[in-house]
Amino acid sequence: MKDKNPFQIANREAMIGIILVVFNFIWWFAFAYGLGDKSPEDYQFIFGFPAWFFYSCIVGVFVMAILVLVTVKFLFKDVSLDEKEFDQT
Amino acid sequence: MNMIATITLFVTVGLIFIIGLLVSRTSSTNHSFLEDYYLGGRRLGGFVLAMTMTATYGSASSFIGGPGVAYNEGLGWVLLSITQVATGYFTLMILGKRFALMAKKYKAITMVDFLKERYQSKWVVLLSSFSIIIFLFSAMAAQWIGGGRLIESITGLSYHSALFIFVLTVIIYVTFGGFRAVTLTDSIQGSIMLIGTIILLVSIIISGGGISSIMTDLQSENPNLITPYGADGSLSPQYVSSFWILVGVGVIALPQIVIRAMSYQNTKAFHRALIIGTLVVGIIMLNMHLIGVFARPILPGIEVADTVIPLIALEVLPAWLAGIVLAAPLAAIMSTVDSLLLLVSSTIVKDIYINYIEPEASRKKVRTLSMTITALLGIIVYLIAVNPPDLIIWLNLYTIGGLEAAFLWPVVMGIYWDKGTKQGAIAAIITGFTSYILLQAFYPNPFGMHAVVSSLAISLIAYIGASKLSQSATL
Repeated sequence: MKDKNPFQIANREAMIGIILVVFNFIWWFAFAYGLGDKSPEDYQFIFGFPAWFFYSCIVGVFVMAILVLVTVKFLFKDVSLDEKEFDQT
Repeated sequence: MNMIATITLFVTVGLIFIIGLLVSRTSSTNHSFLEDYYLGGRRLGGFVLAMTMTATYGSASSFIGGPGVAYNEGLGWVLLSITQVATGYFTLMILGKRFALMAKKYKAITMVDFLKERYQSKWVVLLSSFSIIIFLFSAMAAQWIGGGRLIESITGLSYHSALFIFVLTVIIYVTFGGFRAVTLTDSIQGSIMLIGTIILLVSIIISGGGISSIMTDLQSENPNLITPYGADGSLSPQYVSSFWILVGVGVIALPQIVIRAMSYQNTKAFHRALIIGTLVVGIIMLNMHLIGVFARPILPGIEVADTVIPLIALEVLPAWLAGIVLAAPLAAIMSTVDSLLLLVSSTIVKDIYINYIEPEASRKKVRTLSMTITALLGIIVYLIAVNPPDLIIWLNLYTIGGLEAAFLWPVVMGIYWDKGTKQGAIAAIITGFTSYILLQAFYPNPFGMHAVVSSLAISLIAYIGASKLSQSATL
């Protein structure tokens, strides 16, 4: 686990955070305004919810939770926070 | 007055507090008093970290104000609020390990500490302390009011006595317990919130005759309630999207979140917090706001939006259960208040008093001073909250935006951009802070978006510009 400098690991994980939030935004926006932008009479309903809401909000939360679980399990590395010596460059 | 609900409510809250105090007493460490009192000795585990983040952020705005607005606006407001799911992972991932390493190296206990060591500037310290005190004061007042309202509508006590009970409990608890007690109760409170909102949502769906029939009721009352555009069609996509910045991504810069990102024990705890936090924040936000929307067909015509949650809980649940479930929003408000109180107190004691007035103060003196200031602050906020404005959510969002505009770049760039200078930080704080206040006052939605977006852009330009200029000046 000590193959990399902790600052490089941290930078990579911050990038993952940005990618996740961009993905989350696109998912949220595309379903909400893609499926929601019509007259309510024409809405489809899934489990009683309008389809735009079901995919954007409900499925969105669980998709993100799963993505976070997967990225953290497979891409995040343990780093010792007690290390006395590390260089920032 | 609902006797049974009142009793179960207070018993639940009382139990939470007793547990917090007992546990925080038994765990003694050999850290300094300040590190213990304000940061729990940097030893938070994953579950506690996730829950304390959730409980701190899931405040009166999301538990009382938010569902109230959702009641009036419909599903469009749930769509807006769900942007907060990003706080569950984004904040921790961005501040991340790099921030924890730097904070530990700097021995930072507060966000201001971090800024002080990073930028080595007295002006950064004074400016940031000043903005924290101003903004968090109004945030606390908003939370106080929410707590008072909630107790008022459950117990039937007058607002003033309700507020008094609320404030007294919080002050005693925070003053003696410090950060560790606060984070421990946060995890109990977070769990109550999670379970409470699920129970409440399910009961509402049952008493509304199922989701489909609730949706039909909403649609026949006003079709806009089930669109993404709000009750009168005024929630535009760019306005709703800008809440990604305000309540999602920008939360990184809130001091109460920042200090939690430096208080975890090891990276295992950090990883667990990410996983638990995302799910818990997502479920709580979704549930709370859906409850607000679903309450509409069941209890039409509620006029004070802040009372939607307590009224609907008393309506659909048996009284004893309503008391326990309502302990969840009360718990949320208390934990937010607890941490804000500690934060303002630490700003005064640690960032101003110890830095500039008496650096060599003895442990005993610091202890007495920390507790006195904490208690005193609580009393001052109480006096402000006695005469409250109506919709607490706006007051609270105002605070959040102001802090984000001031601190987002000094914190984030301070971590990731080695070339950022103190001039950059000062410029970003001043331009962010003033542009946000001016925009809010005179031109609240530039480009159809929340003012925080423009202020952050201005503040970023100021940060980079001033950093570049000061570098070339010193070369």
